[in-house]
Amino acid sequence: MSTPPSGPGSVTRTPGREPAGSPPSRLPRPRPSGSRPSRSQVTRDHAPITLTGLAGKVLLLGLTAGVAVWAAFPLIAAGMWAGLALLAASTAGLFYLYLTRRHIPAKYLVPGTLFLIAFQVFPVIYTASTAFTNFGDGHRGSKDDAIVAIQSSSVTQVPGSAEYALSIATKGDPATGPLVFLVTDPGTGAVSIGDTGGLRQLDAADVTVGTAGKVTAADGYTVLNFGQASARSKEITDLVVPTAGGALRSSGLSRAYEGKAVRAYEAGCDCVRDTETGRTWTADEEAGAFVASDGERLAQGWKVNVGLRNFTRVLTDENISGPFLGTLIWNFAFAIGSTGGTFLLGMLIALALHSPRMRGTNLYRVLLVLPYAMPSFAMLLAWRDMFNADFGLINSLFGLDVDWFGQAWTARFAVILVQLWLGYPYMFLVATGALQAIPRELTEATSVDGASPWQSFRAVTLPLLLVALSPLLISSFAFNFNNFNAIYLTTEGAPFPADNPTNGATDLLITYTYRLAFGGQGAQFGFAAAISLFIFAIVAVVSAVSFRRTRQQEEVWA
Amino acid sequence: MSARSELASPAVANRRRSRWFAQVGWRHVVAVLAVLFSLFPIVFVLSAALNPLGTLSTTDLVPTGGVSLGNFGGLFERTAFGRWFLNSLLIAGVASFASVFLSALAAYAFSRMRFRGRRVGLLSLLLIQMFPQFLAIVAIYLIFGAITDLWPSIGFNTPWGLLLLYLGGALGVNTWLMKGFFDTLPRELDESATVDGASHAQVFFRIMLPLVAPILAVAGLLAFIGTINEFLMANVFLTSTDSKTLAVGMYGLLQSNERDSNFGIFAAGTLLTAIPTVLVFQLLQRYIVSGLTTGAVKG
Repeated sequence: MSTPPSGPGSVTRTPGREPAGSPPSRLPRPRPSGSRPSRSQVTRDHAPITLTGLAGKVLLLGLTAGVAVWAAFPLIAAGMWAGLALLAASTAGLFYLYLTRRHIPAKYLVPGTLFLIAFQVFPVIYTASTAFTNFGDGHRGSKDDAIVAIQSSSVTQVPGSAEYALSIATKGDPATGPLVFLVTDPGTGAVSIGDTGGLRQLDAADVTVGTAGKVTAADGYTVLNFGQASARSKEITDLVVPTAGGALRSSGLSRAYEGKAVRAYEAGCDCVRDTETGRTWTADEEAGAFVASDGERLAQGWKVNVGLRNFTRVLTDENISGPFLGTLIWNFAFAIGSTGGTFLLGMLIALALHSPRMRGTNLYRVLLVLPYAMPSFAMLLAWRDMFNADFGLINSLFGLDVDWFGQAWTARFAVILVQLWLGYPYMFLVATGALQAIPRELTEATSVDGASPWQSFRAVTLPLLLVALSPLLISSFAFNFNNFNAIYLTTEGAPFPADNPTNGATDLLITYTYRLAFGGQGAQFGFAAAISLFIFAIVAVVSAVSFRRTRQQEEVWA
Repeated sequence: MSARSELASPAVANRRRSRWFAQVGWRHVVAVLAVLFSLFPIVFVLSAALNPLGTLSTTDLVPTGGVSLGNFGGLFERTAFGRWFLNSLLIAGVASFASVFLSALAAYAFSRMRFRGRRVGLLSLLLIQMFPQFLAIVAIYLIFGAITDLWPSIGFNTPWGLLLLYLGGALGVNTWLMKGFFDTLPRELDESATVDGASHAQVFFRIMLPLVAPILAVAGLLAFIGTINEFLMANVFLTSTDSKTLAVGMYGLLQSNERDSNFGIFAAGTLLTAIPTVLVFQLLQRYIVSGLTTGAVKG
């Protein structure tokens, strides 16, 4: 544990060599220590090339090349040269790695590492960088995007606006393809096509114009019928086609008008001015928004760096820090309670069944582990209904009248009980295995020495069990600390205090974070990412400390 | 002599019985209580699935209003359950197989080879897997938004995109689990094979893989169960009815106003979902016990 952890890139760095301080490899070395004393894999260079090995290599590398070519075309079409370079470099790297006879460890590590970097490390880094921004609803894009959005959303029909006949079309699937406007100028009869990129004229030979001036067919596009168009009316209303004098918007499904933007950006004052009311909103680079003199903000802002503000907000904002601390404490209690409870119950039952005179253990075991094999997402939902206050099984079975998820402590008790049910069969299984691994001579020796069963359990069995199971307990703790399903599928964090709808009594940090990012009150991705980092730090510290303790313990008992 | 033993026999029997209870009997009491605790929610679901009325408010622990298989029929008629089932089997099957293979490769390297960065690599793996993938769900959502634009066939609403995402976590837990198991195999085995002229690939495929079959089975089963139950990322990823997995689809069955009336078909779906895992589980049980204790971590 003394080596400081670094990025996974180091896994593949200079493989095939030994660090100077590592225990010497037991592989035979054909060369005496010379210029490359630490190459231990040299023997394998002499292994013959087999036909199956060669065929497998050709097949897999051919597949890699095929995938790379397939992936390259869209990148070229989109003009994403950096992506293309990355793709080419990694493909070339793979070819080099598997065609050379060196770097043997890397051959085994790279396949998984590629996935790890692409879909785990990269998102984590992305998340970390998001934590320092105000990214979220209203702050999604760049400042230019925000200006375009402000201007186009303020487009209104003014007297004398030009009117066009409108057809709505798409490329590809009518239900999901990107929408375009096909508009016919009533004066000239010219047909133009427009999307968010702008308006351009179409060749008259490529389109069929119907009686009312509406386009009924166009080469390369699917014209939506009325039903298909009305299914996407929200998107159609939101589509704004910028033009030289303002912008084109739909009015209904068959007419479009060219309106004027009421609000316009002025570069001189770096502000947005409303041409009708004369009100101005000045750009605030720190907040990433246009702010009026009285503090009113426009809804469309842009993404800016906010430094540590998201982190300090958790600690200093009183509306957040108090509930956050409560959630943190409950989060620990939940993780310890679920892990400890399942371990105790599982171990107790494993001890009860662990006797040579016990019959029917196989049958008991089959029945006991059934909860573990049931689909947990479905059983969590079933348990939620068993705790239903009105017609739930728990209340009717025990003749109770408890509103389980309506009060903080009963809800907490309920989720722990559910965790116990879901988790103890697993602990029972591993404890059974660990007990079988403890030699019987040890406990027999203690009883010969006159120890009571309890004493021999305390002094021999329990310590040995703990050594075997502690890595498992730690990872179980880490898993339960972020057990999203356990809360989201049962209580969804309820009950909530009357004055705070974001932070419930059974909320874990992870469900709280999820609500911040995807909840109904507007996405706060930046803040949610900051809390993700908090969670990560907590789990990492707890696990590191306990792993260190375990290792010390292991040295004592080994 | 005989009279005295006859007189004493009830007392002896009593004593014998209480000794039996102290040594064995209480074990049965504990086991039976535990079995009851394990079974009653399952019996409840079973009873709801067989209840012809098929609502939550009419469900008891033991079905009273007769038994019917109507809920199973309703499940296939009213929902795309068959489709969800196939999607789940495909995703969980391929993902668990591929992730076990990838981590077996890595575990072999970590266990048998010494190279620079080995310690750091092992530690980084441990650290990275503590950052659960779904904490980065926002970033993943944005990344896959771009992927969907470029390569729609591995984007949202496809099983392949979700598979790639699940493989991103393949190297976490299982690598440590398997490295522990590889470490217990005597090195003499592969050393003698190497001396006999076997290549490292032959050692891996012909000698190591067969020997670690139990742990492969365990890791595969754990990955399979984990993937079947994964809800959060699948929920963000799969929105069209035909691409949903069981977890996403069945969650939708119990939403808001329909939750009471759909409970019967939901319970029927739960039982059907359990079939593959329960079967595999009972088959592999003895491997699980031995496999998990040699370096175990739960996913």
